[in-house]
Amino acid sequence: MVVALDLDHALFEGLCRMGDSTLVLGHRVSEWCGHAPVLEEDIALANIALDLIGQTQLWLGLAAQVEGKGKGKGRDADALAFRRDAWEFRNLLLVERPNGDFGHTLMRQFLFDAWHQPMLKALEGSSEARVAEIAAKAGREVAYHLERSADLVIRLGDGTEESHKRMQSALDRLWPYTGEMMTSDETDRALAGAGVMAAPDSIRPAWEAVAAEVLGEATLKIPEGSHMHKGGKQGTHSEHLGHMLATMQWLQRAYPDARW
Amino acid sequence: MVSVAQVWDWLAEVPDPEIPVISVTDLGIVRDVTLEGETVVVTVTPTYSGCPATSVINFEIEKALRAHGVTDLRLERQLDPPWTTDWLKPEARAKLRAYGIAPPIDGSRAEGVVAGRIRRLTGEALVVPCPRCGSKDTKKVSHFGSTPCKAAYQCQSCLEPFDYFKCI
Repeated sequence: MVVALDLDHALFEGLCRMGDSTLVLGHRVSEWCGHAPVLEEDIALANIALDLIGQTQLWLGLAAQVEGKGKGKGRDADALAFRRDAWEFRNLLLVERPNGDFGHTLMRQFLFDAWHQPMLKALEGSSEARVAEIAAKAGREVAYHLERSADLVIRLGDGTEESHKRMQSALDRLWPYTGEMMTSDETDRALAGAGVMAAPDSIRPAWEAVAAEVLGEATLKIPEGSHMHKGGKQGTHSEHLGHMLATMQWLQRAYPDARW
Repeated sequence: MVSVAQVWDWLAEVPDPEIPVISVTDLGIVRDVTLEGETVVVTVTPTYSGCPATSVINFEIEKALRAHGVTDLRLERQLDPPWTTDWLKPEARAKLRAYGIAPPIDGSRAEGVVAGRIRRLTGEALVVPCPRCGSKDTKKVSHFGSTPCKAAYQCQSCLEPFDYFKCI
């Protein structure tokens, strides 16, 4: 009994890690709406944000179901998205990094997509059917995200002197936030042990292979430093997340349960 | 008492809100229609998880069935198996083309496999014929078009921009 309860708690955490990462990145990407360098990219960014927010509804919807099981907690996906504070968020630090310039946004997207795609692939094999079906659905969308971000990272990295410089600078700044994606903690290990979710460290070979190939093609140099920031998955965030949530949650905080 | 076949016929007349020339059954998103006692149960699968049309589609389905006198109905969401453009009916492809949208090209689904496919990623593009003039001299403008399910293309012959319904 105790074991079952613990696994439910771990699953809630694991689902929030997926859903909060897609939510925070989706919101960040949506900040570009109306500001992208060209119309086509503006539309592409808005569509990717939309996919990510849609996936968030599935992950956080399931998290709410798991949390509510037998405990009478009435939270739903919206309550989880809009009524939690920064320390309750479980997203990766990488996705809360501010947008920076277009190249920086694209590099962040690529580094995340290159992890997201194999992670979803692995989650399709989850012993929990509700996790597997969300992963299968999201995986098809994310395959397009990865192809696009890889394509653009190559074009801009292997582009003009200016675009190359900006892409290298984005890679240098974002690199220390990549390690967290592939570091497993106790929760990850419990979920992987139960066959419910994939251990983040098992994604490393796939991620490294794609990163090396695409960044190499983009003529970009992988930074040598090995220091990696971590803590996002456990609720320790940079100040950037609080500022983002203040904007994102404002309406629902000011007018709880507001309806159109 | 309404029959399942009758409900399917009615659903075949409910247009997709984004692409009104095709119906929700042409699109392949109605996965099942069953009767549970007096209740008509329609199972719908979303195209893309964030597709804003999903709630409109459910609303349109409910509105259409109520207009046909069905009062006892329930809509259910089914994620698995995930929707694929393979479920677009053959006649829907012709309707899309006539509407100016290039229909999905089978077997071109993004696999997200980057390793070894750099050439494809950087230019060995899929040939998408122009839905207006039929020219194969077209170019991709963006991976995403007016909705997540489409990519933006331009015909190099007639110069018209057009949407390509991506394979998923």
